[in-house]
Amino acid sequence: MSPETYAHVSNLLVPTATVIYALAMMSHAMEWALGRSTVATAAVVKDEVLVASDGGPVTGGSAGSSATDDVQQTVAGSTERMEAASRIGLMLTWLAFVFHFGGVLTRGLAAGRVPWGNMYEFSITASLAVAIVYLIFVQRYKLQWLGLGVTLVVAAVLGLATLALYTPAGPLVPALHSYWLVIHVSSAAISGGAFTIGGLVSVLYLVKARAERKVLAGGTMSASLRRLPSAEAMDGTAYKVLAFAFPLWTFGVLVAGPIWAEYAWGRYWGWDPKEVWSLVTWVVYAAYLHARATAGWRGRRAATIAIVGWFVFIFNFVGVNLLVSGMHSYAGV
Amino acid sequence: MDQGVKDHITAPTGGSGNEPPPALGLVGWLRWTWRQLTSMRTALVLLFLLALGAVPGSLIPQTSIDPIKVSDFLEAHAKLGPLYDKLGLFDVYKSAWFSAIYLLLFISLIGCVVPRLGVYLRALRARPPKPPRNLDRLPGYERFTVDSEGDVLEVATRELNRRRFRVQAYDGAVAAERGYLREAGNLLFHFSLILALIGVAWGSLFGYRGTVLVVVGNGFANSVAQYDDFTPGRAFSGDDDLPPFSLTVKDFEVKFQEDGPQRGAAREFNAQLQYQETPDAPEKSYDLRVNHPLKLDGSSLYLLGHGYAPRVTVRDGSGQVAFSGPAPFLPQDSNFSSFGVIKAPDARPTTLGFEGFFLPTAVIDSRGPVSVFPDDLNPVLVMTGYYGRPQPETGKPESVYQLDKSKLTQFEQNGDKLRFQLTPGQSQTLPNKAGSITFDGYSRWVKLQVSHTPGTDLALAGILLAILGLMGSLFVHPRRTWVRVRTEDGRTVVEVAGLDRGPERGLGDEIRAIGEALKPDRSSTQEKS
Repeated sequence: MSPETYAHVSNLLVPTATVIYALAMMSHAMEWALGRSTVATAAVVKDEVLVASDGGPVTGGSAGSSATDDVQQTVAGSTERMEAASRIGLMLTWLAFVFHFGGVLTRGLAAGRVPWGNMYEFSITASLAVAIVYLIFVQRYKLQWLGLGVTLVVAAVLGLATLALYTPAGPLVPALHSYWLVIHVSSAAISGGAFTIGGLVSVLYLVKARAERKVLAGGTMSASLRRLPSAEAMDGTAYKVLAFAFPLWTFGVLVAGPIWAEYAWGRYWGWDPKEVWSLVTWVVYAAYLHARATAGWRGRRAATIAIVGWFVFIFNFVGVNLLVSGMHSYAGV
Repeated sequence: MDQGVKDHITAPTGGSGNEPPPALGLVGWLRWTWRQLTSMRTALVLLFLLALGAVPGSLIPQTSIDPIKVSDFLEAHAKLGPLYDKLGLFDVYKSAWFSAIYLLLFISLIGCVVPRLGVYLRALRARPPKPPRNLDRLPGYERFTVDSEGDVLEVATRELNRRRFRVQAYDGAVAAERGYLREAGNLLFHFSLILALIGVAWGSLFGYRGTVLVVVGNGFANSVAQYDDFTPGRAFSGDDDLPPFSLTVKDFEVKFQEDGPQRGAAREFNAQLQYQETPDAPEKSYDLRVNHPLKLDGSSLYLLGHGYAPRVTVRDGSGQVAFSGPAPFLPQDSNFSSFGVIKAPDARPTTLGFEGFFLPTAVIDSRGPVSVFPDDLNPVLVMTGYYGRPQPETGKPESVYQLDKSKLTQFEQNGDKLRFQLTPGQSQTLPNKAGSITFDGYSRWVKLQVSHTPGTDLALAGILLAILGLMGSLFVHPRRTWVRVRTEDGRTVVEVAGLDRGPERGLGDEIRAIGEALKPDRSSTQEKS
């Protein structure tokens, strides 16, 4: 096939993937909506939370399953529909991922290089990284509860890329003619994907922790929240994901980036806006790791820092290119 | 001890928590300040301040990056500008307050990790501690009974050794600990960061960076005076520190995308150089391209940019050549509409000056003449001229890119300001028999940077070691495990308990697996009950 055909195919696949992700998101939204209506008795939930907070480490799997057991007896019908919506959402995500992967691949073939030479390409690749990280771990760590957040983010990023950032496939400007493009951008994209997952988990952590506190005060918890792992387990998941992302980000922006900048721009660090915000991202996540290791900051404060870090990363990724001019702008944006 | 374990990562304070408040006095006050500064909470606050403090530098123009934008900003914001200037917001990363944040952070860091090094070295020699009284309160706990004590503790020792624990035998119990590398990684990370920063500081003290614009065909010899712009480090001593190379730019090739939506995007730059590393060295050639700097005796030569230099001949009123040669024009947009000036101060009877645009691919539209493509498809020089009385030489340095029009008058023709367009080879005669200007042709110029940044290897090694340490501190899981055997109602009770000391929590099923290994029917350990 010719580059034009590849480009054409890519331009069909990416919007299709966007639509299917959006459908998957709706399915997951349905799952949450069904969950809201099935409120279990306070006593059942209370037991679960007491176990979780007293017993210290409760893994996501065991807390979740024991809770679901109880719930299934009380509100079986709703739960079944909820599970079905969840499964459909996951299946649609897989389908969308296939189209998405094909779209990124054909884009690379159309341009004859790695498909991350401009904002559009970086967006479709970074969102693919989010989808990959999610799909790899969804079975292993029972991450179905992240489905809504992940599909929302991926669909939004792809939609934004298609509508606002689209750049036709083409060769690179001379500054990008370097194998450091592959090293620097892939490490930034993968750690960005992990930051996103970590941010989403931290948001859900705050929601769940709040619900758990309410239950301890005698309130109730909706079934969709009960399906989430315990706040403590989510805290652990967020930590694991971010602990994986941080060294990779360090390598991407403090080793690979500067080495390349030294070759391309004649200095390894020049306070370019993208560099500044990468450092800010780094500092915020460093603060997250410190906060989590410090007694008084564990939990809510650490989760808040993780969310701040995610926003800083998003701003670095989108805002810096659109609002500030710097050396990291290629092909328009 | 359990409480101690939980908070073991907080900075050591050297005493118990409930000390009396420090006595008023210099020493007490200093001690208190030091303790505050080196606490984790302060480190966190400083980290956030560093992040916040770095932000304005990305949003407000910086002198070190784009001085022209800074002066534009100062012009546009009459009130805000001077205030920003006072706050150092145009040079954030060298400002006193930003330096204060990172210096405090590093003092805090050193104050935190140096004592921890001592603590760690002692911990390395320490044996795993005795089991706590109530093992069943630990997060991981297994208990089962066996008929007789037998060799349970021996098996436990073997099993724990196999799992790479450090094992210590106690009376009726075995204590084990592993994951010592976590803290080692942690310390390595922090010390390596310090190392990396020393590397960066070294580079900014002893390094230099200079840029020079060289018209194709011309040469450059490395000395401070030859640079257009030279930024030495504080400890840079001068020309002796510059490698004595010289070079000539033989040719410069540039290719642009000619079709499609990315029309006009640069595709290839290549400057062909002839250079000598020292005045006596043989001449060599090099194709200087982006991403392929030329290394010269510790310094590196980079290709940073390019542009056009119209070659012009100016004749004055008496017919004498008052200026001849290429005048570099500076590109103003991505299509290389280039602005520049031509000065002929020696022209008589009046001095002459010109300013205007070189348009590599000129098109006349409603905005007037503009360039629509960066390559030289239809080169046109669009200029206006000035004349003035001859001025005495002041010796003051003047920008070659700006015309001081305070003592000049613009030429007029038929009551209008004089504007003219020239294609290569064309001439314009000036009014009042003041002379003429001829557009002979044009050359390209390249902007070269020569820089030397010592300490780069140190900084790189520091960061790489820091990542290594980071991985140790994040992925090594320190854990304590105890196995205790005691007799209860004539039966032997075996207890296995574990405690994670890192921030992950969650022992997985290791405690159970160890328990299984200790049960008498060891052949069935593979099966799960």
